[in-house]
Amino acid sequence: MKVMIRGNESIAYAFKLARVQVVPAYPITPSTLVPEKISEFIANGEMKAEFVPVESEHSALSAAIGASAKGVRVGTATASQGLALMHEILFIASGMRLPIVMGIGNRALSAPINIWCDHQDMMSQRDAGWMQFYAESNQEGLDLGVMAFKIAEDERVLLPAMVGIDAFVLTHTVEPVELPEQKEVDDFLGEFVPHYVTLDPEKPATLGSFGFPEHYMEFKYGQWIAMERAKKVIDEVFSKFEEKFGRKYAKVTPEFTEDADILLVTMGSMTSTTREFVKRMRENGKKVGLVKLTVFRPFPKEELKEILKNAKVVAVLERNISFGFGGAVYAEISSALSSLKEKPKIVDFIIGLGGRDITFKSLEAALRIAERAMKEEVDEINWIDVNKEAVLKAEGLL
Amino acid sequence: MEVITRGAVIPEPGNSVENKTGTWRVFKPIIHYEKCIRCLICWQFCPEPAILKIDDEKVKKETPAPKEPLKRLPVVEIDYDYCKGCGICYNECPVNAIEFVKEEK
Amino acid sequence: MSENYENMEFFAPGHGMCAGCAAPIIVRWILKLAGPNTIVTNATGCLEVVTTAYPRTSWRVPWLHIAFENAAAAAAGVEAATRAKGEKLNIIAFGGDGGTVDIGFQALSGMVERGHNVLYILYDNEAYMNTGIQRSGATPWGAWTTTSKVGNANPIGKMRPKKPIAKILAAHDIPYAATANPAFFQDFKKKVKKALSIEGPKFLHVLSSCTTGWRHDPSKTIEILRLATDTGLFPLYEIENGDFENMRITYKPKKFKPVEEYLKMQGRFRHLFKNPEYVKKLQRDVDEWWAKYGKYYCP
Ligand SMILES: Cc1ncc(C[n+]2csc(CCOP(=O)(O)OP(=O)(O)O)c2C)c(N)n1
Ligand code: SF4
Ligand code: SF4
Ligand code: SF4
Ligand SMILES: [Mg+2]
Repeated sequence: MKVMIRGNESIAYAFKLARVQVVPAYPITPSTLVPEKISEFIANGEMKAEFVPVESEHSALSAAIGASAKGVRVGTATASQGLALMHEILFIASGMRLPIVMGIGNRALSAPINIWCDHQDMMSQRDAGWMQFYAESNQEGLDLGVMAFKIAEDERVLLPAMVGIDAFVLTHTVEPVELPEQKEVDDFLGEFVPHYVTLDPEKPATLGSFGFPEHYMEFKYGQWIAMERAKKVIDEVFSKFEEKFGRKYAKVTPEFTEDADILLVTMGSMTSTTREFVKRMRENGKKVGLVKLTVFRPFPKEELKEILKNAKVVAVLERNISFGFGGAVYAEISSALSSLKEKPKIVDFIIGLGGRDITFKSLEAALRIAERAMKEEVDEINWIDVNKEAVLKAEGLL
Repeated sequence: MEVITRGAVIPEPGNSVENKTGTWRVFKPIIHYEKCIRCLICWQFCPEPAILKIDDEKVKKETPAPKEPLKRLPVVEIDYDYCKGCGICYNECPVNAIEFVKEEK
Repeated sequence: MSENYENMEFFAPGHGMCAGCAAPIIVRWILKLAGPNTIVTNATGCLEVVTTAYPRTSWRVPWLHIAFENAAAAAAGVEAATRAKGEKLNIIAFGGDGGTVDIGFQALSGMVERGHNVLYILYDNEAYMNTGIQRSGATPWGAWTTTSKVGNANPIGKMRPKKPIAKILAAHDIPYAATANPAFFQDFKKKVKKALSIEGPKFLHVLSSCTTGWRHDPSKTIEILRLATDTGLFPLYEIENGDFENMRITYKPKKFKPVEEYLKMQGRFRHLFKNPEYVKKLQRDVDEWWAKYGKYYCP
């Protein structure tokens, strides 16, 4: 069935279709509509779940862990400051190996407070041990939302997962979405079976114990192994999904890459604009290609290496910044390609922070630098669409 | 139990009994049954718990007691594997039936 | 609660709590009274750390620890899941004073406001013991801690009174909020049983002496706790549905002991005896409390 829904509703529908049993959540722009929608589903009797209207995101994730540990399927949603407030508990969910799924309305972090899109919130949590998926559209938000449960709950994985949908561009924008039938999703996910030790009076176990140096590293190694194994499970689930629902997913999706000299790497909704841009450039005879990154954790090193190796320049477009270094995606791609004998030149573009529009003009500016990079040295880290002069004045440099 | 479990779960309830915390003891409580009125206060307040309440008919009968009718009541017994020698039982015993002596090592 | 589990131990020996610590006495008995159909959540703190050192646990009921400030939220999540599964269990959260009156207060307030069917137990040893005796909102006036040190410029130690947490919880209009003291064993048991029998959020503030932080002889644990109430310093009361008018003081000493008797047994108050005014101040505080609330004594 085709429906016209906003990205937040995609997440809410994914939870409903997955028959999530407990949803603890706290409102924050731009993801507020997720708990609102869940509350509506429950009120209408369309969804049988316990909604826990917690008093903070910290408690949202704490309650999510409590419920997951009790052996039910759990989903929650947040964004930006809310995700940052969860920081402490994120590591605990993954350390306890609980397959919680969380929708994120990717939004900038304060200060200054800003409610619009960038990926800083999720990127800042990349080491928390959660799988990370970034959706390009509302359809992807829903599909990845459903698949995230299957991947997270797989006996070989047992790790929590975040599905990012861009603030406003997706969260609040109505798009046509193919809504799968409940029966089909039931078939796809199967009944929820916790493949982990739960809080059960019949078998009283201790969850969340104290780890000494003699064991701690082994638990971390276990999480490492799980993340590595998730790579294969993700591929399996993506192809099962395609078989069943006909929509194709990949950790990394190359488009127009075969003969391309310059590859633009994108994540999330900026991919759509960039695709149109690439098509236009192709019409103009430019050998430009697009590489969409859907899965950021586990990082698809091997795929990226394969796809990017023949380009002359890899231009990483990213909506995050690690101050004192550059973009996080750039850092990881550089490291993924480091073992290649003949490496493409990799150039970083910090773009679209705090909801600044990513337009053809922005992409042209980036492309110009990437083209120059084919012939000469260029800056490693390039900020696009920034009023540099005004900043330099403020910093007393002009 | 395996050396490492996923998520640091401990699936064996109460397996701390393998830690013989009685080795911490510096002072040792000794119950003098001929004074003990079997009030269970020591059992009630032992934090470990290292005082057992024994309801076995034979033990009840055969353990000395200051008065014959008391032999109908459960007997307390200190489990020295776990007694840390805090002395709460000694301090709380209403009839001073517990002696508290320096542990001989 | 038809079955009686008092002869069973759901809290195993071999844990690492200091000799004479009151917390395991409290926990042992609450678990006995709750029985096996119970799930526990525990805030970070002494009780959590030394009872679950991997790969050994002292817990014989399902037990969950997440972090310091969220035992109430963890319990809320567990409770929501039991509701989703149609199960009926006792959900008990244990938190220290730091994890309850300070850093965990928001989560606790939220949990009770939402009406979760959870019994929250504060075992109050009046400081952050696990990190080495730092002051908390529950540390009483005049107590030395490692962050309310005593010196020439501050002869008192902690200069602020103890947060009246049971009253604060009662002000949430929850079905049951009470104070208890294991030294008053029957009263303590009665309150635990009562709390367990009530549907909805329940809060029990239990005083728990700490040999290390209060600096007392381990054998005196119960004696000191008894004095806390017999001096009037730690009154035992209960408030149902936020009805302060009908608050019930459940125990009143026939003759109050002077606070001095309680103070002098603990190293943390030793400095107060350098100036008779300090002990007098504490006595005055107690007398005022009882002048104001004594009428609520209800034997
Ligand atoms: C967010 C956070 N801040 C600080 C700590 C350090 N910490 C662990 S236990 C503790 C004190 C616990 O005090 P309390 O709740 O009174 O329990 P007690 O140890 O006294 O029984 C502190 C400060 C922590 N674990 N997490
Ligand atoms: S000395 Fe303490 S630990 Fe030992 S039996 Fe007595 S109360 Fe228990
Ligand atoms: S407290 Fe004393 S009298 Fe009572 S049971 Fe223990 S040893 Fe016997
Ligand atoms: S430090 Fe205090 S509270 Fe902690 S275990 Fe020791 S006596 Fe108990
Ligand atoms: Mg404390």
